[in-house]
Amino acid sequence: MPLQVKRLLLVFAIFIGIMLVLKYVLTPDSWREYGPYRGNAIGEIASQQAKFVQKESCADCHDSIAEIKSLGEHINLQCEICHGPGYQHVDDENFKMEITKNNALCLRCHTMNAASPKNIIKQIDAIEHNEGEECITCHNPHQPWL
Amino acid sequence: MAIEKENFSRRDFIKNSSMFAGGVVFASLINPYKFVFATKQPKGKGKWYGIGIDIEKCIGCGSCARACKIENDVPDDPFFFRNWVEQYTITNDERILVSSPNGGIDGFKQPVPDEDIYKTFFVPKMCNHCAKSPCTQVCPVGASFESPEGLALVDQSYCIGCGYCVQACPYGCRYIDPLKGVVDKCTLCYHRLEKGLDPACMMACPTGARVYGDLNDKNSAVSLFLKEHNCAVLKPQLNTESKLFYNDLSQEVH
Repeated sequence: MPLQVKRLLLVFAIFIGIMLVLKYVLTPDSWREYGPYRGNAIGEIASQQAKFVQKESCADCHDSIAEIKSLGEHINLQCEICHGPGYQHVDDENFKMEITKNNALCLRCHTMNAASPKNIIKQIDAIEHNEGEECITCHNPHQPWL
Repeated sequence: MAIEKENFSRRDFIKNSSMFAGGVVFASLINPYKFVFATKQPKGKGKWYGIGIDIEKCIGCGSCARACKIENDVPDDPFFFRNWVEQYTITNDERILVSSPNGGIDGFKQPVPDEDIYKTFFVPKMCNHCAKSPCTQVCPVGASFESPEGLALVDQSYCIGCGYCVQACPYGCRYIDPLKGVVDKCTLCYHRLEKGLDPACMMACPTGARVYGDLNDKNSAVSLFLKEHNCAVLKPQLNTESKLFYNDLSQEVH
């Protein structure tokens, strides 16, 4: 074998050796655990904190309001749609939830729009329907037709 | 100078070609390159998540988009969304108007007076969690992947923020997080699913327009939704095998 070919082969061997060492060092532990990605990433994504605790957790303490709500039309609504996420309030009861009383909150869902299906949601024209009044003077949000 | 003729007999030619063909068939049987071409895990026996959205029930309140932003710390700017709502308005003179002011979080205004409207409806949009996702296939570092449950997820500690996947997604469901500099997208609230909670958008929907569940389980909410409604996916011609099924989807929606 000519000398120059031997040298070239030696260079190739060193290069491949370095690449194999780098691959060994740089590949994360859980690579290809499930597929061509880091398997531990799934656990890391799953460990993120959940901020909405859902109405079953709210009902543990606020059972009287939950009962009122269960009799009205808002029965299927989650408390946290209007009151905001409850994860801090669950840990610390001094952390106050949002209590929004303005009409804009109601009108998010109940405003008149041709694109909203009429059979699914009751819609009102905020200008014609008792203008200037607050919705909550007549309607209890926990039981709208009290 | 005469051209030198190689002395190949017909017998040699047939022998060599049949050996080559036999070798190819043998190599394909033992299939040593299978792991090179396998871009995704075969569909397993475990959970295989799918989503159903009922356009007939969507009232355009934007609760889903708002809940998603809160739950997943999505930046407040009006162009970063994991989940948003679009209002389609088709006028009597056949113009199609699509609007999504701040993803629908602040509510919608109908731009056309009622008498000019031919048809109007809301379309909530989110990651389709495609089974053949174009976005995960282009990732150069393996940070974007499809989990064994069929969710397209991003390994943010591994992502280099090149943005290939943002361009590859035909549904526009990814964005580069301006603070972290890496890609972010809908995970179907994987962290909530693992804790036994509903995804934030499903939880927040006041009319039950959204369902999700295990497509392998024929009694799950999404399987029953598919059974009871005639559903369609967005951009079926792209063959992404989207797992986000819309009931009552108009052909104008893209």
